Amino acid sequence: MMVTAVTAAAIVLGACAGDHAGAGNRNSSGPRNGVTDSGGTGNVMTSTRVDITGAGATFPYPLYARWFNEYAQYANTRINYQSIGSGAGIRQVVARTVDFGATDVPMTDAELAAAGMRILHIPTVVGAVAITYNLPGLTRPLNLSADVIADIFLGKLTRWNDDRLVALNPRVTLPASDILVVHRADGSGTSYIFSDYLTTVSPAWAAGPGRGKEVPWPVGLGGKGNEGVAGQVKQMPGAIGYLEVVYARQNRLPVAHIRNQAGRFVSPMPFEIATAATSVLDRLVSNSRAATDLRVSLVDAPGAQSYPIASFTWMLVAPDAIGAVKSQQLGAFLRWALLENGDIASTLGYVPLPTEAAARVVDQAEALLSPPAAHP
Amino acid sequence: MPSRTADRIYQATITICAAAIPAVLALLAIVLFAGAWPTLSSAIGPLLTQSTWDVPQHRFGAAPLIVGTLVSSAFALAIAAPLGIGVALLATEIAPRALREPLAFLVNLLAAIPSVVYGLWGIFVLVPLLRRSIMPWSMAHLGWMPGFSGPAYGPSLLAAALILAIMVLPYIASVSRDVILAVPRAQREAALALGATRWEMIRDAVLPAARTGLFGGIILGLGRALGETMAVTMVIGNRHTIPDSLFAPAYTMAAMLANEFAEASDPLHLSALMAVALLLLTVTLLVNLLARLLVARVAREDTATDGLPMPPGVAP
Repeated sequence: MMVTAVTAAAIVLGACAGDHAGAGNRNSSGPRNGVTDSGGTGNVMTSTRVDITGAGATFPYPLYARWFNEYAQYANTRINYQSIGSGAGIRQVVARTVDFGATDVPMTDAELAAAGMRILHIPTVVGAVAITYNLPGLTRPLNLSADVIADIFLGKLTRWNDDRLVALNPRVTLPASDILVVHRADGSGTSYIFSDYLTTVSPAWAAGPGRGKEVPWPVGLGGKGNEGVAGQVKQMPGAIGYLEVVYARQNRLPVAHIRNQAGRFVSPMPFEIATAATSVLDRLVSNSRAATDLRVSLVDAPGAQSYPIASFTWMLVAPDAIGAVKSQQLGAFLRWALLENGDIASTLGYVPLPTEAAARVVDQAEALLSPPAAHP
Repeated sequence: MPSRTADRIYQATITICAAAIPAVLALLAIVLFAGAWPTLSSAIGPLLTQSTWDVPQHRFGAAPLIVGTLVSSAFALAIAAPLGIGVALLATEIAPRALREPLAFLVNLLAAIPSVVYGLWGIFVLVPLLRRSIMPWSMAHLGWMPGFSGPAYGPSLLAAALILAIMVLPYIASVSRDVILAVPRAQREAALALGATRWEMIRDAVLPAARTGLFGGIILGLGRALGETMAVTMVIGNRHTIPDSLFAPAYTMAAMLANEFAEASDPLHLSALMAVALLLLTVTLLVNLLARLLVARVAREDTATDGLPMPPGVAP
């Protein structure tokens, strides 16, 4: 039993030894790693079981739980994750009470500077925000454009049969009723992604409420959690709200098709959401900042097929704080999860990183997760 | 072991146990105060008077929360206090003997229901009922009065007050029942012997004697109502504005704290949340203190008159 575990670990770690063979042995000669490693020698081929703890965002929790569970049976690494919210996840990483954090909202430059250590943002999966509505008489999906969405949530566009909405939806009859806006009342990554989109596409929104996990919504009711928003929209004819796309799909809620940069109306389906990530990353390749910083926003992504309200969710790792062994174990896990087990994400309704993007993220993460000595 | 030593040990243990309660409260207040200090020292005025809650811009005005908390609790008590005392009277004086115990038990069951279940019931039963029938009817017939104007969303101050009323009802009812039962039998019999009807007996002999305790039950209910979080946030609409109508969505301090605390990472935002928590603690303490003073006054009057009201026109 032990033998198979060791072999398995060796195979995994062997897979990533190409870039920096023997990196683990730098532990003794390399500069301070800050924390003593559970492995002692720092040899990644160790047969000692490594325990890693993480905490943060609730959105990827079901996926992380599955991934960590399956990975524990595959490698000799046990990863424990608690879903306590993005904000709390960031706080815990900075306080060094966990080995990694998870967030739907990237840390700001100021937060990173205040943390006083290298903190990597590693995208693990793509999320998206769907716009759901309650229009009983509607026979086909509602079409919306960026300016109309912004004006509805700003309270400037108040009737369903407004000329601008009618122009977007020529083949359906929209009711002559008030638009009832529902937003999230609790601070959430979903609100951040949605307000990030509104800030990007609407100067009026940017000058007004702005982007954040909780913003001062000009109109509407607040629902607690995705279920709170969904519940209120379901019950109020004429309501419109936004929620996390996995939740919308699992509950078979009607979702609007949104006009993207290219002028096409796209639905929040896995392919369209993944395309947004691919097109943004492609644009970044030429950008030198992308070499170490993956805190990119996917909203209003270019590309004919891109769904415009998408976002990464990130794992936060401070390699210098947790030491070489744990860093490399996390690197190995990321390779296993993102390159070989993206289908676990798909079966749970998440959108895995597109193959090319995943390869890029894994290579970069492994390079950054090796000890600093490897990067003079 | 000599009994004196045992007594000492016992006394010390009891003292420690008793001191632990105020110590926890003090610690809570200290932690909240320390956390809230950045807000208290620089932005306490806006916190109490402004209505804008803008996290990205660091503008924190909690006036709508204070109003929402006080108004929803006040309405809840206005509904629950007469109901609770009525239920208690029914279960002690009026109902057939065989039904009294089951009735009291059923009312107490209300206290055993988790608040999230109340919230769900509110979302699926109460709120649709309000939106479809009660609100439109009230607007049509009472719309001329302030506080009954639309639009009828459903989630509203009224929905929260009704849910709170149901939630605090068992507390008021069970305390009231206990104090009514504690009224001496002799007093009831004396009233009846003087030719009082059952209602006159309750009005003149039972309720005045139980006044202090009834008040205590209502205050206990108020304490529950002020701090209730989950059920309220599910039906109140969570809108950060001062409500101009019973049908308008509103927000309470407890609901806002529950919603925003988990995801707050900005130091100023955290500090503002701590300040609101401190405010909630202060309001709760003040309400309780005020109630105690009133109860003490009522109790003094009671002892002065032996628990019986003076006949009208007779100076005490």
